Parts: sequence; C-alpha cells; structure tokens
Amino acid sequence: MAQQEYQAVSPSDFFYRNREIAGFSNPSRAIYVGIRELLENSLDACESAQEPPKIYIRITEESIQNNENSTVIYYIRVEDNGTGVPSEQIPACFAQVFYGSKYTLKQSRGTFGLGGTMTILFGQITTHKPVIVTSSTGEDIHQFEMMIDIQKNQAQILRHSIYSNVKKWRGTIVELQMEGDYPRIQSRMIEYFKQTAMVNPYLDLTFIDPKNRLYRFERGTDIMPVLPRAVRPHPHGIDVETFRRLISITKTKDMKNFMMEHFQGIGSITSERFLTFAGIESKQKPINLSPEEIVKIVYAAKDFKEFKRPDSSCLSPIGQELLETGIRKELGLTEDDFIKTIQRPAATYSGYPFIIEAAVVAGKTVRKLGQGITLYRFANKIPLLFDESSCVSFKVISKNINWKTYKVNQDTPLVVAIHVCSTKIPYKSVGKEFLADQPEVEKEIANAIRKAARDLRIFISHSLRLERQRHRLNVFSKYLPKISEFSQKLADKEESPDIQKLLNEVNVPPQQEETEDEDENGSSDDDVILPEDEDFPEVEEDEIEEDDGNGEKN
Amino acid sequence: MVMAKKISEAERQRDVVEKSLKQLGNLIYDQINEGEFPWIMMQSRSIDNIQYDDTVRQYILGDRMIKRHSRNIKHIRPFTQLVWTAWFARELVKLRKTSTLREVYYSARGQRDIEYNDQKESDNIITDLEVALNKAREEFGIFPEERSAIFGDLTIEYTVPGYEGRRTNLTDHPDGVMVGPAVTSSEFIETTANKILVIEKGAMFTRLVEEQAHKKFNAILVHTAGQSPRSTRNIIHRLNKMWGMPVYIFTDGDPWGVHIAMVIVSGSANAAHLRGLTTPDAKWIGVWASDIINYKLPTENLTEFDKKRLTELQSDPRYKEDPWNREIETFIKLQKKAELEAFSLYGLTYIVDKYLPEKLNEN
Repeated sequence: MAQQEYQAVSPSDFFYRNREIAGFSNPSRAIYVGIRELLENSLDACESAQEPPKIYIRITEESIQNNENSTVIYYIRVEDNGTGVPSEQIPACFAQVFYGSKYTLKQSRGTFGLGGTMTILFGQITTHKPVIVTSSTGEDIHQFEMMIDIQKNQAQILRHSIYSNVKKWRGTIVELQMEGDYPRIQSRMIEYFKQTAMVNPYLDLTFIDPKNRLYRFERGTDIMPVLPRAVRPHPHGIDVETFRRLISITKTKDMKNFMMEHFQGIGSITSERFLTFAGIESKQKPINLSPEEIVKIVYAAKDFKEFKRPDSSCLSPIGQELLETGIRKELGLTEDDFIKTIQRPAATYSGYPFIIEAAVVAGKTVRKLGQGITLYRFANKIPLLFDESSCVSFKVISKNINWKTYKVNQDTPLVVAIHVCSTKIPYKSVGKEFLADQPEVEKEIANAIRKAARDLRIFISHSLRLERQRHRLNVFSKYLPKISEFSQKLADKEESPDIQKLLNEVNVPPQQEETEDEDENGSSDDDVILPEDEDFPEVEEDEIEEDDGNGEKN
Repeated sequence: MVMAKKISEAERQRDVVEKSLKQLGNLIYDQINEGEFPWIMMQSRSIDNIQYDDTVRQYILGDRMIKRHSRNIKHIRPFTQLVWTAWFARELVKLRKTSTLREVYYSARGQRDIEYNDQKESDNIITDLEVALNKAREEFGIFPEERSAIFGDLTIEYTVPGYEGRRTNLTDHPDGVMVGPAVTSSEFIETTANKILVIEKGAMFTRLVEEQAHKKFNAILVHTAGQSPRSTRNIIHRLNKMWGMPVYIFTDGDPWGVHIAMVIVSGSANAAHLRGLTTPDAKWIGVWASDIINYKLPTENLTEFDKKRLTELQSDPRYKEDPWNREIETFIKLQKKAELEAFSLYGLTYIVDKYLPEKLNEN
C-alpha cells in the first residue's frame, strides 16, 4: 500500500505551478502580460492619486540564454508618478500573492490584484534574480530588493535602503528581469500601448524597446475621469465564500442589521422582507449561521426581486469627451473625419453594474487602417487584443448590427470602439481577452453602436455626395476640353470654344437630379459604365450578328 | 472622258461625307460657344427600335430618337469619343486614306484622354457616327479587316488614290481578289457572268476556282469566310442590282450556315441603320438538312449549342417560309449536321460535277 502524502499549497506555489492561467504561457506572451500588468498597476495608482499618469517603460536585453528556444533575459523597468506605496506595505504588495482583502467593490483594472506579483514571480522563476521596488509617497524613498518565498508565500527581503527625497518625488519604480521573446510580440506590444493611450487620453507614456527605439504617447488632456467610489456589494452578485468572509468579520449582532450593514441599497424594510423570503430569522446571529443557511441566503438573494438596482457610482467610465480625445489623438483624426462617442446609462447583469461606451469613426484617416470594420475592445480602460472573434462585441458588429441601415457597406473603412466598465467584467476565460455573451451586455453594446451610427449615416451620405461631386468635376474637366478641341478641328475654326462656363456649371453642388437611389448603391458612378437609362440604350448582343470582318477583335 | 466623270463622282461622294462631318463639328462648336452643353440627336439603336420591314425586306430602325447629351456624366465619355471619331474620319476622308476598325481603336489609344476599354467600345462609337450622319463607315474610309475574296469574269475600275481609272479583271488572280477598300470602292465595268455563287468556306472556294466553276456555271465566286463582312454584302447587293444576277449561297449544313445565308438575304439588326447591304432575292441552296439524307453525307451530331441556336432561329419571323422553315425542322429531326467539305467523300470534283448542277437546277 502506497502512502499518499497531502501537502498544503501556498497561493504563490499554486500560481507557480499554473502560470499559464495568468497568461504566462510562452516567452513572447509572458513579456507582453508582464508589461501589461505592471503598466495597469501604475495606471490604477495614478488614478487613485488623481494625478495624470506619466509612465516610463523600458525593456533592455540583459543576456541571451543558450537554451533551445534561445530566449533572451530582459531587464524591465516601469516607473510611474502614482500614489506610491507606503514602505511597510511594499513587501506584501509586490512579493505576496493575494495580498489584501476587499469587502467593497469599485472598478479597477487588475482583477485579482495579483498581476503585478505574478510578473515578479515569473521573473524570479525564469532568472532567479530579485525584484527591486523603489517607492515614495512623498516622504522618504524606500528601496526594497526582494525575492518571493514561494512555499511560504511571503517576501524575502534582501535589502531595504532609505533615501531622503529632496525633490519630493512621488511614485513607484519596479525593476526586474525575466526570460522572454520580445521580437515576436513587438507589434502587439506597440498596439497595446497605442490602444492604452487611446482609452486613457490623460496618459503620458514613454517606451524604450530593446533596440533602443523610443516610442512616445503624449497625453491629449489633463482631465481625468471621476474616481470610482467604493460601494458595498449588491446582494444579487454575492457568492458563498464572500458571504462567509463577511460573517467572519462582521460586528453586527443579527441578520437584519448584517444585511443592512454589508450590502448596498438595503434598508430595514427590505432587509426584513428579504430574510422572510429566504426563510431566515431576522434576529439570528450571523456567526451562528450554518453552512446550509449561508447557501440558502445566497441563492435567495439571486431570486429576490425587490432589491434596488446596483449602485453604479463604483464605476468610472471614460466619458464621451475623453474617449473622443483619445481616439482622435491616437488615430490622428482630422476635422474632416467623423467620430461619434456614446455613453450608455448604467445597466446590470447578475447583480453587477456596468456601463457601455462606444465610438464609431469614419473618414479618410480611417481608410489607412484598411477596408471594413476595425474593432477596438476595451474593458475597464484596458485594451483587449487577442481572440477578437470570440468576443461578444465582435458578434454584435458582425451579426446584430445591420450596417446597411447606416449606408455602410462591406468595404467602408470604419472604426468601432467598445468600452465595457464594470466591477466584474464578464470575461469568458481567465486570459482576460474577450467578453462572454451576457445578453444584457450584448444588448447594451448593440444599443450604443446603433446610437453612434445614426450620425454616421448622415456623414456617409454627405461624403458620398462630395465624392460624387469631385468625381463629376474630374470627369467633365477631362472630357470637355477634348470635345472643345476636336469640335474646333472638325469645324475648321481658329480658336477653341470656351468651356469655362460649362465647367462652372458642373462645379455647383449637385441638385435633385442626383437622386437618392444612386446613394443606395453606395458607389459613385464610374465613368466607364454605359448608361441604362432610356435615352441611351446599349444595343443588346444576342440579337445582333457579327456583321463585319474584324474577326481578330480579341 | 467617261473615266474622268466617274472619278469626279467619287470625289463628289467624298465631298458630301466631309461636309457632313464638318457640319457636325460646327453644330457642337456653336453649342459650346452659346454656353450650352453640346448634344446630338440620333435614331435609337436599342432592340425595341429595330424592326423588320416587309417592303424593304430588311431590318430598319424605328422612329425613336435618342439625345446624347454631354451634360450627362454617363454620356460625356461616349460623346467625346464620338467627336474624336468624327475628326479622325474627316482626316481619313481629307487625306483619301482608309483605315481598319482596329486601327481606329489603336489611333484612339494614342490620343490622351480618348479612352476605350476595348475595340468593341470603339466599334460601337463608329456605328453611332454612322447612325448620326446616316452614312456607312466605309464612306468615312473605315473598313473591317479583310478576309473575304471574289473571283470571276468581272472587270472593275479602281477609284482609290494612285489607281484611279485603272482596270482589272477578277480572273487575273487565281487565288481570288481580296475584298478590301479598293474593290469595295471600285466601279463595276463589265462581266460575262450571269450568276453569283457565294461560298462560306475558303477550302471550297479554292476547290471551285480550281475546278473552273466560274466558267462551268458562268458565275462570279464570292468567299465570305464565315459571316460575310459588310463590304462583301454590299458587293453582292450591287452585282445583283446592277445586272440582275441571281445569287446562290452555299454554306455548311448547320444552324450557323443557315444564318450566314439569311444575313446576306435580309441583313442584320446591327446594320438596321444602313441600306444597300441586303439581297432579298438571294437563295440559300445548301447544304440543306435534306441534302444530308439525299446525298448520304457523313455527319456530326448537333451540339447543345447548335440545338439552342435552331430554336432561336425558329422564333425569327424571317425563317417562317420554306426552305428555311422546312430545313430547320429537318435539322431538328435528324439531330445531325454536315459541312461543305463532306462531299469530298465522293471525290474532289463531285461537288462541281454533280451536286452544284443539281442544286442550281432545282432552284
């Protein structure tokens, strides 16, 4: 009989063994996810400080590994001007997985608060080099050199230095080394920065890549969106584990007060009615709830219809103006391009509030991006770059929206941007790259696009008209001189007749004769098309014999 | 004396054509000068304006007119092409040169901003000019590429530059004389022939020349090389009209041969705007479907394409009478076709010795 050994696994250990879950699946993806996590932490920190973020990222080649994949060890430095981390919290914040316990909700970029730590962990296991974190909240500057003790899930501090902060610097610098493959992810990386700058127009980002190339993303505004407020959870979205933890920390003495204290939107009457609905005594002590009763309450909370809608003040949408600023700046739109941004009112799915923002962009500048629709997807101000076709927003633009209604045909170059913000983004997988088909979310995305596209129709009609007008003028300026020249020669006249008057006549905006149904075709008249109209028939071929001798036509 | 008169007649013709081209130029020139987008009127060539006329026994254009207006963005390109083509035609006439449809197309391509997608577009504009001025393109000096030929005792007199007044007899060249601008514009002086034999295929034409068929049948031989070009149809028409010569047509025994004969008889819809191309009394005398049975000719099966064509012919009013109708029905019944060369089965001279005499006697 073999003896089986059971062993407790620390969260660090768990992620060490399952690092693909957090996105570190291969060397190129690892460096992408690593940078992304650090940048997003920095953005959150700056937003908390209500300070327009100024972030500096640098990737340097440290050494080339002589292994099979010939991967490279990179040195990575990410520097921000955010709140800074109090020195006593630095080890836990950066070198411990699952640090912190939140019983309130507000929108933030990281989902588990572990992305940054995961990056550090991945760097450590691929290079065995410590991470250096330098941070100041405005007072002294603290610098920690640390490793993560994976089995104990805690920081192992190698060095802690304190420097005086003469220049009153505030912010955080993370320096680490990790194995990776940057060239293969380069284009995505730059695209990621561009889209991040698009959806965070107040971000000033500097990036220096391993070849020492400098990328600058300058901010387009100093205005930042309103900070999300922390709110208590909505009972509809609670799970058993969170409920259990609330019970373990509550100071309330009975269930009625427990519900009112820890959940949003519950007053004394609602609390009583809900507990009756759930079949729980309102006088019951929370601490005495049995596991079965906890499950019963959580399920009842999902069925109970009388709760208020979830509070959306915990959300921080970008706002129509900022979104427009960001897109204009990163796409380099001009005054002639069309952009319409929309912010939908807050809605909810499964007890989580969410807001959809959308932008539709068209015009000459967009044409450079190629034909058809270019989709930008954002969740809580993070760009989503992978698995586009699995995303609900892709489904909406390719299936739910009838683009013809807006005079958009298959080739019309168009940009559609979708931003979902929520306390819980409905990701379909842990990879955080695409949104699940939540019907409420799908419906809101479609509504937002439709609303933005209404003005698009007008823009497209207008530009088609202009295009046609330009085309007309081109055609007439090309042919009229020829008619003039050859009629003169044919008539044996000394001078060409004056066509200027005719050209002037062409150069006035088209009137009713250019009818609407021409618009419907969406195609401007090609001058090679022979007319179908009554007074210029094309002779049909099949009735007509080859009646002449040029048998070598072709 | 006689000679001089004829040439001045040809000159007079050219003069008329040149004047009408210049007139077109004046019209357009004046319209522009008056600040008006130039336009011209012409008869519509659309299919519903083409009808068969029993009195002239050919297709003619109806009364419907079209206006080609340079203000219309769809019209301005063909309008420009038309003006250029008119100018090009006038140059040809002025310089007494001729050109082919293909050359006109390529000359246009040498001209900036006179654009054609293909020769068909150019040919179409030339036809427009014919309709607009009520002149045949040959009068503008524009000819198709030559491929048909003529042979027999016919003396002609050239009117083309450098050959004015020169005469030739068409038996002078045992390969036959190519029907080009020179033959087309020539005067017919004299002949001993009393009929015209029109042959679809080159091999059979050569056979007939070799077998002295022109003497044996007292005939002028014309080789159409498939569907006969307009200039050839015009010559057949003139010979028939001038000397009352009957015309007999020999084609392959298939729907395409049938139609080649019909176009010589009553013209094509494509040339409905022109006169002088048809010979209503010409007779199609073979190869008939019934010949396949009577002469036990080697055959091939009708293709789907052939069958479809036969059905189309049946719906054409011109085929309602015999032998057309009868033979088409026989083709359909037999599901077979035979080529002119099929007679070689009985020896090379069979067609001249036996078949042709019999057919000419019958008709």
